[in-house]
Order: sequence, then C-alpha cells, then structure tokens
Amino acid sequence: MIKAGIKAIKGEFVVDADLEVPSIGITALIGPSGSGKTTILRTIAGLERHPGSCVSVGGSIWQDTNVFLPPHKRSMGFVFQEPSLFPHLTVRGNIAYGVKRLTSKECEMKVRRAAERLGLIDLLDRDPSTLSGGENQRVAIARALAVGPSLLLMDEPVSSLDAELKNEVLAYIDGLREELDIPIVYVSHSADEVARIADHLILLNNGRVTAHGPIRDVLTRLDLPLARGEDAEAIVEATVAGHDDEFGLSYLDFPGGRFTVPRGDMEDGQIVRLRVLARDVSLTLEEQKGTSILNIFEAVVEETADHGISQVTVRVSAKGVPLLARVTRKSASVLDLRPGRKVFAQAKSVAVLS
Amino acid sequence: MILDEAGLTALFITLKLAAVTTAVLLVIGTPLSWWLARSTWRLKFIPEAMVAMPLVLPPTVLGFYLLIALGPEGPIGRLFETLGLGSPAFTFTGLVIGSVIYSLPFVVQPLQRSFESVGTRPLEVAATLRASPVDRFFTVAVPMAWPGFLTAAVLGFAHTLGEFGVVLMIGGNIPGSTRVVSIAIYDHVEAIEYSQAHWLAGTLLVISFLILAVVYGLNRRFRPIRL
Repeated sequence: MIKAGIKAIKGEFVVDADLEVPSIGITALIGPSGSGKTTILRTIAGLERHPGSCVSVGGSIWQDTNVFLPPHKRSMGFVFQEPSLFPHLTVRGNIAYGVKRLTSKECEMKVRRAAERLGLIDLLDRDPSTLSGGENQRVAIARALAVGPSLLLMDEPVSSLDAELKNEVLAYIDGLREELDIPIVYVSHSADEVARIADHLILLNNGRVTAHGPIRDVLTRLDLPLARGEDAEAIVEATVAGHDDEFGLSYLDFPGGRFTVPRGDMEDGQIVRLRVLARDVSLTLEEQKGTSILNIFEAVVEETADHGISQVTVRVSAKGVPLLARVTRKSASVLDLRPGRKVFAQAKSVAVLS
Repeated sequence: MILDEAGLTALFITLKLAAVTTAVLLVIGTPLSWWLARSTWRLKFIPEAMVAMPLVLPPTVLGFYLLIALGPEGPIGRLFETLGLGSPAFTFTGLVIGSVIYSLPFVVQPLQRSFESVGTRPLEVAATLRASPVDRFFTVAVPMAWPGFLTAAVLGFAHTLGEFGVVLMIGGNIPGSTRVVSIAIYDHVEAIEYSQAHWLAGTLLVISFLILAVVYGLNRRFRPIRL
C-alpha cells in the first residue's frame, strides 16, 4: 500500500491530494492537464520536493516532516513521457545502468530478464538512435524495471507515440500488470489508455482527488465527469468461453451473462476486457425476441442522471457488474426507469480491449 | 635553418603555455560552467557577465590590472610571496594565470551551452536509476556534453596560442621563459627580420589550421563517446 499526502504550491496552482494506492495492479492517475497528476508523481519519486508532503511505500517512509529520501535512494522505477535513453550507451548499457549501481552480481541476468519482458533481447547491442519510438519507450520501461523497484511510476509513457506504437507499448504494460507483483502508478489524460490497462482510478481535478476506486466503479459513477461525457463507458472483464468457427464468433462469459463478439485471437480461459459504450446500450422491459442484437442481459436499474435536456444516463447492474445505458428522457419516463426496476440491457456493439 | 633556436624556444613556450592553460581551464571551467548551467540563482547573470568580460576588454586593460595584481603589492603577488613562491609577474606562472583569465570565456561558454543542452531530464532518469549526484555528473552529464569539452579545449588552446596583449603586459618578453611566438614575431618585424617573422608566423598559421581542421573533421561525424 502506498500512501501519499501531496501538498504543493506553484504560484497560483495548489495541489492538495491524499492518495492511497493499492499494492497490486495498475492505478491510473487521471485528470485534465494542469490537474496536478505529474506534480504528484514527481513528488512521490522525490524529483520535486514539496515540504509538508508525505510519502510512504509499503511501510517505509520516503518523505514526511523529518525525512526526505533523495530520488536515488527510493526503491522505484520511473518512466517518463519521452524515453530519454542515454545516447552514449547501448540498449544493454541503458538497461544495466541502474542494475550496476545496486549490485554487480547477476547484472547480465537481470538485464536479460528485463529485456525479455519487453521483447528487447535482439536489440540489446543496438544504439538508441537506431530504435523506433515504441522500442525506445520499451527500453525505458525495461531500464526502470531492471533495478527491481518496489513501485513503478509512469508519466504518460505512451502519449508521445502514434496510435500503432501506442498499442504496442500498451500491450507490454498490460502484460506487466499480470507478471509483476509491484504496484504501478500510471499518469494519463487519456480515458482510452486507462480503460485498457488500469485496475484502479484516481480522478484529479484542480490539484484535488475527486474520486478513487476500482475502474469499473469509477467509470460508471453518475456523479463523476467520466460517466457524463459523450464517450461514457463501462469496462467489463470476461473469460473466453469458446468460439464458433462457423459464424466466426467468440463467446465471453461474465457474471451477468455471455457476450458474443466477432472471433478474436483469444485462447479459452483467457481474461479479456470489454468496453461497452453507454450510447450503444438500450434498455427494454421485456426480453426482445427476434432481434439482431446478440448481447442481451438481465439487469436492475441502480441510478439515473440527466444528460442534457433530452437524454438520461442509466446505470444498471447485471448481476453486480455495472453497465451504462444512454436513453432519451422520454423513454426513461415511459419505461419508468427508477432504481430497482428490472430491465434488459442490449448492447449493439462491444469492443474487446486486450 | 628554418627556425633558429630562439624561435624554436618561443614556439615550445607558446605550446606549453597553451597546454597548461587549457588543462587548468578545464579543471576550473568544468565545475564553474556546470554551476552556471544548472543554477537557478536570480543573480546568475553577474558571474556570467564576469566570465564574458575578457571577450570585450582590450587585452592591454586586462594585462594592466593583472600586472598590478601579480606584482609584489598586488593580491595575487602577496599570496605568492606568503606561500614563499616569489612574485609571479614576468614568470611563466604569471603567464598561465593571465592566459587562464583571458581564455576563460572560450572554455566556460561552450561547456555551459553543452551542459545546458543535456537538460535536466537525463539527470532525473539517472537519479531514478539509483545514481548519486556525483555519479550522475560523471556518467551522464560529462559523456553527453562531450562535444562541448572538445570545443572548449580547442578554443581555449587556440585562443591562448594567439594571445599577444596580455602576455606582453605581464610576461616581460624574457627569452626562454616568457617569450612566446606572437611577441617574437613582433620583435622580428620591429627589427626588420622579415624572414624569421615569416617562418614563425607561418608555423603558427599551420598549427592553428591543423588543430581547427581536426576538430571540425571530428565534429562532422561526431558521435557521443561510448563508455
């Protein structure tokens, strides 16, 4: 568990945020630019010193009123927005830089293990200037991991990459989530990235924490800006249950039922993330027969909130899994969508994220 | 005989002076330029202006003040007397002191620019990889600023080679001790010994060209050094 109370004053801008980061999984710090995300991350790392802040990681105190550990004494890895590889060192030299400073033993092994994780084994002897943007950032991640940190901090690590490279690097970060037993704090302003990889969200605005919790809860809380946007969405984790090769479909089970999606490159038993946009979900009182929509789930209305003058966002629970539906206010009134009402949620489109 | 013995001696002293001066300047200039590049002190412009002074002052002005400072009554002269080293005026040591001050901006400015161009990010990265501040300086800042060191050393060396006014004021033109090529040439011209002047001038010309050519050649396909 990481506890941080960050108090920073930068001219007009004030950060006053208390956060608790679970000791496992990816916690995303998300908020508009200027909300204090990077300041918080840099203060946790000790790269910025703001007296009055306190940081403790897994019981060891990195900063409080009497203590300030300089960054090189903190057991963390940091990945910056730009890869910032050392140009005078090879890929191997970059990854080994921190390892050498900890121990000379098993250096090569640690370098190789970190390189393997990020798919860099064949690039070890290359010069950073010969790598692609995505490869550069993967080296930066391997370099941060090689020292065996007890916390990995990432400051918008994919925001300077184009869409394709972004997906490549995100896939590796997603993989780390499963392989590593250390917490990752991931700063981002992109809800899209966060939906793919984060387990927990901490929402920031104007230097303050406005909400925190597991991603599926924070995304579907109707009092928060995420569920109020045009792209309001729910994230569902589902297990691959099988495939239908005749129709080219895959079946994905979650507690509320079974999603049918176009056949993907997925193995049985694999856990995948699905994105269900609120605007793709409609609600009916009776189960529709003779519809082309395949994904229909029994659900109970939990909460509703007006969206503009003509629409309503509804959060329903499909056996405990929250989904969002955006319907017209007229429909909401006709169907009498109040908390406790039994409905059927039909999703006309679902995206597999991982 | 191409160069007479006096000419060779003057050439040797000139090269020795340039080498010693460059070495001293790199030792002093590196921490100074590092500090100038990294400091956020709001009065930083004052030391910066002081470093740049030799660029605009006539060498005779600099030489005049140095002569006073190095003399038995001057602060540097007194310091040397106290240490039992004798007055540095009209000695090789005095020439080195004068040259160091005269060539200071030629070493500090390129170093400062190259430290600035390294930026803070690589140093922050090194800090997150367990490198202490001194460690970061030697393993990240210096290798990344390496082209700046090369430029600084060459400019410092070449500029000291061509020095005239300051050495004339504080050196005293003592053959075998403080008589450098630029002054020897002046003397030959005064004495209408054009042939001697030609040889010395030509030698200095060739040396300067070769040094600069090598540096520009290296810079063209320059890659940061590998550790």
